[in-house]
Order: sequence, then C-alpha cells, then structure tokens
Amino acid sequence: MVNLEIDRVSVRFALQGATVEAVNDVSLRIRPGECVALVGESGCGKTVLASALLGFLPGNAETSGSARLGDVDLLAASDHELATTIRGRRIGLIPQSPASHLTPVRTARSQLEEAARVLGGDARKAAERAGLLPEHLDRYPHELSGGMAQRVANALALVGDPPLLIADEPTTGLDRDLVDGLLDEFRRLVDDGHAVLLITHDLAAAHRVADRIAVMYAGRIVEVGPAHAVLDDSRHPYARGLANALPERDFLPIPGQPPLLTDLPAGCAFAPRCAQATAVCEDRPVLTDDPHAVACHRPC
Amino acid sequence: MLTGTGITAGYRDPVVTDVSLTVQPGRTTGLAGPSGSGKSTVARVLALLHKPFSGTVEIDGETVTGFRFKATQRTKIGVLFQQPRLSVDPRFTLRQAIAEPLRGGDVTELADLVMLTGDLLDRRPHEVSDGQLQRACLARALALKPRYLICDEMTTMLDASTTAALVGVIRAYQRESGAGVLAISHDATLLARWADETVRLSAPLPR
Repeated sequence: MVNLEIDRVSVRFALQGATVEAVNDVSLRIRPGECVALVGESGCGKTVLASALLGFLPGNAETSGSARLGDVDLLAASDHELATTIRGRRIGLIPQSPASHLTPVRTARSQLEEAARVLGGDARKAAERAGLLPEHLDRYPHELSGGMAQRVANALALVGDPPLLIADEPTTGLDRDLVDGLLDEFRRLVDDGHAVLLITHDLAAAHRVADRIAVMYAGRIVEVGPAHAVLDDSRHPYARGLANALPERDFLPIPGQPPLLTDLPAGCAFAPRCAQATAVCEDRPVLTDDPHAVACHRPC
Repeated sequence: MLTGTGITAGYRDPVVTDVSLTVQPGRTTGLAGPSGSGKSTVARVLALLHKPFSGTVEIDGETVTGFRFKATQRTKIGVLFQQPRLSVDPRFTLRQAIAEPLRGGDVTELADLVMLTGDLLDRRPHEVSDGQLQRACLARALALKPRYLICDEMTTMLDASTTAALVGVIRAYQRESGAGVLAISHDATLLARWADETVRLSAPLPR
C-alpha cells in the first residue's frame, strides 16, 4: 500500500475574459489506514481537487503540481492509463448524490455485476459488505431510497478493492442513522488499511470519522491537523468561525461572503472577513510545516 | 395560524396517515423524522402543492379548498427546498430568479436581505455555489412577503456558516413580519437550536 502525495496542486479554469482559480497550491498526504476529511463551504474547490485526482476535469482546466499514488502521477497520467489501472482499481469514488450517478435504465445488480466483471471483483460479496439484500439489487435506481442508493454506490466503489477511497459529500441528504452507519463503514475500511479522503461540508461527520481534517477556503488549505484539534482548538479564524457556526455551538455565521474565485485578493483570501486582520495580511500567509498546520499571520 | 388537521396523503398509497400540525404566527415549528417518514409530503400539503386524500388545511382561519394550480392562497406561503439547483430555472440569472414572483420588480432590497452582491446577481445558477443559490431561493421565497415559510431540508447542501446565516435571515424576517415557519430537517441538533417546538413523524412501516 502506498501514500497519496498531493504536492502543490493548482487547478485553473480559463473562461472568456476571466480565470477561475479553483484550487491553489494544495499539498496533502494521505496514508494507508488514515481518513482525511477535506472540509469547507460549497464552491471552495473541494470537488475540483477530487476531480483532478481522477482525471475528471473539463477540457478548459489547467493543472500544475503533482499527485503521486505510488509511482503514478495522477495529474500527468493519460486518460487510458487512468481508466485501465487507476479508477475503480486503485481509487474508488463515491460520487455526490449517488442516485443520479447510477444508470437509470438498469438494475443495481446489472451495474454492480458489470463493475465486478471489469474490475475483477466479487459482486455478491461487495453487495453483502455494503449491507444490500438481494431484493434491493433487483431494483432500478428510481426505486431505491437515498440510503439504499448510497449503499449501491459504496458497493460499486469498493467492488474492485481499491486501496484509496474518495467520498464526495457522501452524507448529504441522509438522515443521522444512515450517516452514522456510513461513517462506521468508512472507519472499518480505514482500520482494514484503506486510505479514505472524505470531502464534506458536514463538520460533525468529519469530526466523527476523520483522523485529520483539512480546512479549505477559496481553493487553499488554511488549516490541517488532528480532527479534534482542528475543530475544538482551531487556529485559523475561518476554521474557528466554521466550528462556532455549528448549531450545537454559537450558531452564528461568519460575517461576509467568500471571495469570487475569479478575483482573489493578492494576500490572505479570508482577510476581508476576518476580525483579526491587519496590514500584514496583505501578504499571503504560508501553511506552516507542523502536525497542526495553519496558514495565517495572526492565528487564534 | 397554519393548520393541517387529520392529513392523510401520499402517491397512490398513503405516506402519512392522520397527521395534525400547527404553525403559529411568529413562531418556528420543527418537523423531524427519519427518511421516508413523510416529512416532505406533509410540507407539500401545507404548501398547497399536493392535494391530501383526506384532512383539511387552514390558513389564518380560512379553509383551503384548492391545491396545486387551483390554490388561491398560494402567495401566503413561501417554500424553500433541499436542492436549490433543482428549484431555479437554469436559464435565469439570480436577479431574474428572485424577481420572478414580483413580475420584474426591483430586487435590491431582497438581495441585500440575503447578502447577495450585484456581481453574483448577474450570474446563472451554474456559476454560483449551492450556498449562494439557496440565498437567492430564500430571497425569492420572501419576495411576496408570505405569512408562512416552509423550509424542507433547506440546509442539507449548506455548510455550518451558511446555515447559521440563512436561519438568521429567516428569524429577522419573522421578527419584522410575524410570519410562522415550518422547519423540516433530519438534523435533531439543528432543530433543537432553531425551532420553538418540534413534531416528530415516526418511521414508515416496512413494505
């Protein structure tokens, strides 16, 4: 088993008359037996990063940096290489809103058996592990509840037994019991030696399952460290604001709105919303190099 | 008062049976329950978007006689849905989406209320985040100053800060207008903080 080493990855989209800086200089390492949660509000670049790792970016995207999984640089690999050796085999993806990613005209069983055949897995075992009963497998996607569709997506992502799993907002729209069941399943996979990258805006879910949390703001990682430390003892004012906005805490929003990714400030992107900002924040802060790292001139 | 009495509703088979629920002006009623317990069906009945098999809906003492396109009291009730992306015409800019119920009136005040700036208002749904789009949907729901607002899993797609911001906007609107709110969520922690009282629907019977 190997690490995923994301090293200074940036993703830009060229639009007419503007450039969207969706991911900026992101470095992150995920080891086997570790769950890392990438949290941040919608539109901060989380999903773009996941798409870059799997080669799912649209044609107008430009990437820089590298993302190495063993000896493969995922950003440099050809689509053929990704399709035949990476996707489903070395990286499993649980997509956002799984029901809409299933083929609507085929039963869950037919899709799972096809994936098992192509990837060399065992459909029956994968279904059983995901908690699917044979009668669920005979349903079409529109006959599956949200929780069942989620399990089908899990079985599809895991049938090729990939060592790395990327889950993009897997808990959205599920009720608390289903969320807890899904997170327990992730924890079991991690304890079996899998690596999991959990992309989510749900801090409670991240806190429950992740070993480490990386907080993303305007395309940059602003804080990364042990899950409890990032949530209970945040050092970046944005991470602190996000944690305090939880209904079980202050339930107060962070003032202001995130910057447009086409027009990012030259300095700290959070400074315009930050109560602690001073002149020094006009220079862009660098992410520190310690186990609980922060990119802020005036950390909490 | 917005009242549903003895509501039995569903799609061919009933999803909810004999549910009664009251939303008081100026107050927030939470509606909780697991997936499939019929929360959204109750929401659609109270929003006059779905005709119940039996039971009555009363708005400020007036019994509702028409549902869906026959609902004459439609504008007294605003609705917010879980997925803003499915609730906005993708060809509209946010400005047009908010202005739709106003038949082209000025949206500046509404946009200020939900903290959407001019630049965002000229974008189309695919150019903004879920949080920004849900802000536009809230502005649209408040455009006709509804007496009641029904929020069906409004915060599912939103981060903690945007959730707190939108609940703050709704509370401010309630203080000013005395409107009643039905807040539907599977997040018990959120409802405990947001709602004045919470009604729970029980799990569906296995079929």
